[in-house]
Amino acid sequence: MSSANERSGSQRPKYLKAYRTMLMARVLEEKLASLYRAGLIKGGVFLGRGQEALSVSVGINLRKGDIFAPLIRDQAGRMAFGDSVLDTLRTYLGSQLGSMRGRDGNIHRGRPREGYYAMISHLGAMIPVVAGGLMARRFRGETGVVGATCLGDGGTSTGAFHEGINVAAVEKLPLVLVIANNQYAYSTPNQRQFACKDLLDKAAGYGVAGHRVDATDLADCLKVMGTAIDLARRGGGPQLVIGDLLRLVGHGEHDDAAYVDPRLKSAPLGRDCLRTSEEFLMSNGWVSAEQIARWRAEAKNEVDVTAAKVQREPPPDPAEEDWKAVSTLAEAEA
Amino acid sequence: MITYLEAIRSALAKVLADDPRVFLYGQDIGSFGGAFKATKNLAVEFPGRVLDSPLSEDAIVGVAIGAAIEGMRPVVEMQFADFSVCGFNQIVNHAATLFYRTEVPCPIVVRLPSGGTPGSGPFHSQSMEALYAHCPGLIVMTPGTVEDAFSMLIEAVAIDDPVLFCEHKFLYNHLKADRLPDFGMPALKSRLARQGRDATIVTYGAMLHESFAAADELVEDGYEIEIVDLRTVKPLDTDVVLASVARTGRMLCVSEAWPWGGVAAEVVARVTAEGFGLLDAPPQRLNAKDTPVPYHPDLWTAHRPTASAIASAMRRLLEM
Repeated sequence: MSSANERSGSQRPKYLKAYRTMLMARVLEEKLASLYRAGLIKGGVFLGRGQEALSVSVGINLRKGDIFAPLIRDQAGRMAFGDSVLDTLRTYLGSQLGSMRGRDGNIHRGRPREGYYAMISHLGAMIPVVAGGLMARRFRGETGVVGATCLGDGGTSTGAFHEGINVAAVEKLPLVLVIANNQYAYSTPNQRQFACKDLLDKAAGYGVAGHRVDATDLADCLKVMGTAIDLARRGGGPQLVIGDLLRLVGHGEHDDAAYVDPRLKSAPLGRDCLRTSEEFLMSNGWVSAEQIARWRAEAKNEVDVTAAKVQREPPPDPAEEDWKAVSTLAEAEA
Repeated sequence: MITYLEAIRSALAKVLADDPRVFLYGQDIGSFGGAFKATKNLAVEFPGRVLDSPLSEDAIVGVAIGAAIEGMRPVVEMQFADFSVCGFNQIVNHAATLFYRTEVPCPIVVRLPSGGTPGSGPFHSQSMEALYAHCPGLIVMTPGTVEDAFSMLIEAVAIDDPVLFCEHKFLYNHLKADRLPDFGMPALKSRLARQGRDATIVTYGAMLHESFAAADELVEDGYEIEIVDLRTVKPLDTDVVLASVARTGRMLCVSEAWPWGGVAAEVVARVTAEGFGLLDAPPQRLNAKDTPVPYHPDLWTAHRPTASAIASAMRRLLEM
């Protein structure tokens, strides 16, 4: 846990902001799970339960003008970077008014023009893309920009991870690569995923800075991510951040995660970061249990009202689609 | 005289000079000037804008996509078209889907030194156009002339969509023209390359020149063969093809690529579906053999369509 120093009041506004974003993400994801079980969401639902502290710490330390390419368990980080309850629900529920207009769904959403890249499903693929975005900023002479992207333990086994982090290191780009080491890639445990003793060892192999964070502890996440992002912003090159935690849900809501080792669930690694942050808030006397309950109720109300609104919005109309995959006009009938 | 390769280099120099958003990225393309010297001296002429990449095709294309999202116009070189499959994911799943998914276009150019040359073997000879043409969201150019190598590459950079630019290695130094064009023909249109009367060859890339030679050979038999150069295979402009078939009633499509589900198969399908009534004989195709591209020049020559193989196929079609 955090030192007494970090428990001081100076961290309080950021911690509270981060907590409330985590809470909103958790409440929103609970709603998504409920809508999924009710058959109202087509396709999968992939939740970030247990990863909110790590994720929110990325988004909250980025600025407008930075680049963020989140992955599937980054609802909290997305919201800290500016994504909304409304657009999340629109994308999951397939509203025509969502940013993906029904052409893509769930976690595959973004607004690339605003630096919020829309992930593709292929793990590791966003790393070189963020690197390219940062190279473009450098070509234009922009300084002080950071690009962050998130991945899981399984994603570190891909060729794209290797090529992407290597390119970022060669170009000394201000890229922060956050690994949520949540112990399982779908059902595959880490001992079947990699043979190195510690994922953090990979940082030295690529010639980038490495950081370890207890991802069940929001204060540690804010501190370590703040340091990593600040180092990248000040010209320190790529930063690899390994956050240790346990995925507290299935891979998707279709998955009961019966394969998760029960010993992990009862270990410190298996703590729920939302719960630990609430304990932290209350033990410091920053917030009462009643206040937390009120915030949760407010969040639930906003989510419920928004979900009801979005469910009345029109789905995409196949007859209105132009069925064009390219923007080039001459391609009209091809 | 200017070669096909020099035309490509000139086009790259022109887009670098004209558009500050353009940069080049690829293996050995910096001070070394590229495996084929397509970027010779460009790193000196345009400091900081012609960058060597690590040996990472997936990351090369990924970098280009990210830069394009941020408003740049990256032109990346795959050292050989064959290696582009190592970047296939970023090309077909990311670059090709970006505009459809997000409304943000992806103006990248991926240069693919394509096709066979004697002795190059299975992994330095491939023609990948059909693989990329299969995937929605990509434009696939296959220039077969010096003029097109120049003007189509310039247009590829201007186009807002991802372009696979299949430049043919066999033509790099063999093919020469007197000068570069001031104005190129629109890149997405096919072209009547030779007027005739008795039958139509539809082709592209290096096969254009084998087809010219075949048509010359058939003149001695009294046949006048019309030739259509597709120039760009995706989108496929069949207007000139169908107009030609309307005149001749017979069509042979020639492609250096493998036969299965390829460009020639698509041309035959379109001509059959849209021009069935124009045909006096079943439309035919001639492709490379359905094996990996062999190393030995004697095997290679027999593997790909040559002028004499095209002439033979055409004689069979003319007798149908």
